Amino acid sequence: MTPARRIAAEFATSRIALAGLALLALVLLAAALAPWISPQDPYDLARLDLLDSRLPPLARSAAGTLYWLGTDDQGRDMLSAILYGLRTSVAVGFASTALGLAIGVSLGLAAAWLGGWLDALLMRLADLQLSFPSILIALVLLAVLGQGLDKIVVALVAVQWAYYARTARAAALVERRKEYIDAAIALALSNARIIFRHLLPNCLPPLLVLATVQVAAAITLEATLSFLGLGLPITQPSLGLLISNGFNYLLSGHYWISVFPGIALVLAVVSINLVADRLRDVLDPHERHR
Amino acid sequence: MSLLVFAAVYAVGNPMDILVNPQSDQDEIARATAALGLDRPLLEQYFIFIKHASTGDLGKSFAFNVPAVGLILERMPATLELATAAMLIAVLLGIPLGLWAGLKPRSAAGRTIMAGSILGFSLPTFWVGLMLIMVFSVWLGWLPTSGRGPTTNLIGIPVSFLTLEGLRHLALPAANLALFNLSLLIRLTRSGTREALQQDYVRFARAKGLSETRIVGVHVLRNVLVPVVTVAGVEFGSVIAFAVVTESIFAWPGMGKLLIDSINVLDRPVIVGYLCIVVTLFVAINLFVDLAYSWLDPRVRPGEAR
Repeated sequence: MTPARRIAAEFATSRIALAGLALLALVLLAAALAPWISPQDPYDLARLDLLDSRLPPLARSAAGTLYWLGTDDQGRDMLSAILYGLRTSVAVGFASTALGLAIGVSLGLAAAWLGGWLDALLMRLADLQLSFPSILIALVLLAVLGQGLDKIVVALVAVQWAYYARTARAAALVERRKEYIDAAIALALSNARIIFRHLLPNCLPPLLVLATVQVAAAITLEATLSFLGLGLPITQPSLGLLISNGFNYLLSGHYWISVFPGIALVLAVVSINLVADRLRDVLDPHERHR
Repeated sequence: MSLLVFAAVYAVGNPMDILVNPQSDQDEIARATAALGLDRPLLEQYFIFIKHASTGDLGKSFAFNVPAVGLILERMPATLELATAAMLIAVLLGIPLGLWAGLKPRSAAGRTIMAGSILGFSLPTFWVGLMLIMVFSVWLGWLPTSGRGPTTNLIGIPVSFLTLEGLRHLALPAANLALFNLSLLIRLTRSGTREALQQDYVRFARAKGLSETRIVGVHVLRNVLVPVVTVAGVEFGSVIAFAVVTESIFAWPGMGKLLIDSINVLDRPVIVGYLCIVVTLFVAINLFVDLAYSWLDPRVRPGEAR
């Protein structure tokens, strides 16, 4: 049995994890297909009717269409806004994690392989950064960079790289003492080949678990920053901004404008965390016997 | 480091665009710019900043025209009160609940506690804050939604927790801020308890016929407390940082809300001042935790290790 199959089979023995995976698939599908499955294009202002503003869930518009989750202050269908917001949130979460992973792992492997001053410098930098809460670092970066999709991705990458660099370095330091690396060096393979073909694949399991957890963390952090008004601009609303917008109407009892985007956010984060939890059990030998 | 922050904040934008009345003419703008010292070159501004900073003066807030440090320190008691209340809730609830879940992992209560703590980790703090407002303020009408309520002076510092009305204002934000650390402490105490129960000294205490209360209260709890105290200490710093979110939701007049407001109007001296003060706080907290750690666990006392 290939390792991938073994992992899949072991993963599938937990019902909760399978439920999480199914939910995650649903979330990803909804995010990917948002433009095609939304009842309305929420940002086509011509299609919005102010007469329909702040309708409760399951209300009908003046024209007779059904608003499953109600409408916001501009008469926008909440279900459509949530699907588009989910799309933005998920995209930002995955993109920043992928970028952070690539940068962090490269730096971590370089630190482990080359050692010396580079190793010392990178690890002190990571220590310094990890001693501060991620939200503080992201806040400072955004205060400096300003608003925008690219800027929030930069901030999220900056927050994440240190975790990956540390994990990759720790795993690589263990692996490089093993015989197959000695064998690869004895074969006079190039450094790049040894690092990417031999070392990296064997360092992947802990990184994979970490990256899964970090996608959820990145989505939450982005939502928090957008909620504070420092994340994405109003033209690219993510779930955080939708919730923030609904906050203004919460006190007057129009709960659906911020509750439903919140539930979408929670579903996305919880499903990713459930999958990550099981992945950790399956991939990490230390946890296996607990 | 401070040069980096200074230059970067400078690069973001011109605060004059936001501060000055849009109808004012070029002359007025130039006069206001000169009054704030913003017409000088960046490097000169930085040296003036450093010269003043070394005497504890971080400049005047552009928006309020009062010294930034004073402005932040004035808001600090509110943040510290909120953070302390949150930490107290987390510790006073988290340790007993974690102990319970650790002693009876298979009971219904133990499972419920663990499920609750997983939820506490996964739910975004700011959304939980909104839900708290919705349920307890809007639907039930029990608690106020925002502000600090009336404050009373305790040795010259305004505090909320001495009056009933103040406590009612404190309840929701503190509970909201406590949630993450409550979950963390429950998990930490639970795994510590389960580990301690397997140890020889606990089995020996059982063999001696000690009462269960004494075994749990003295032998287990003491050993669980060491990592818990460390984490609780270090987390106090992150509670102060996360207060930024909670303060914004509940309009709690602390320094986190001041930071967000300042970022929105590009009030540089306050942003830089906040960072300096928070970094100092962090260093102080970490030092304090290190000292507490060596006091609690004799094995890490540096002087006696030899």
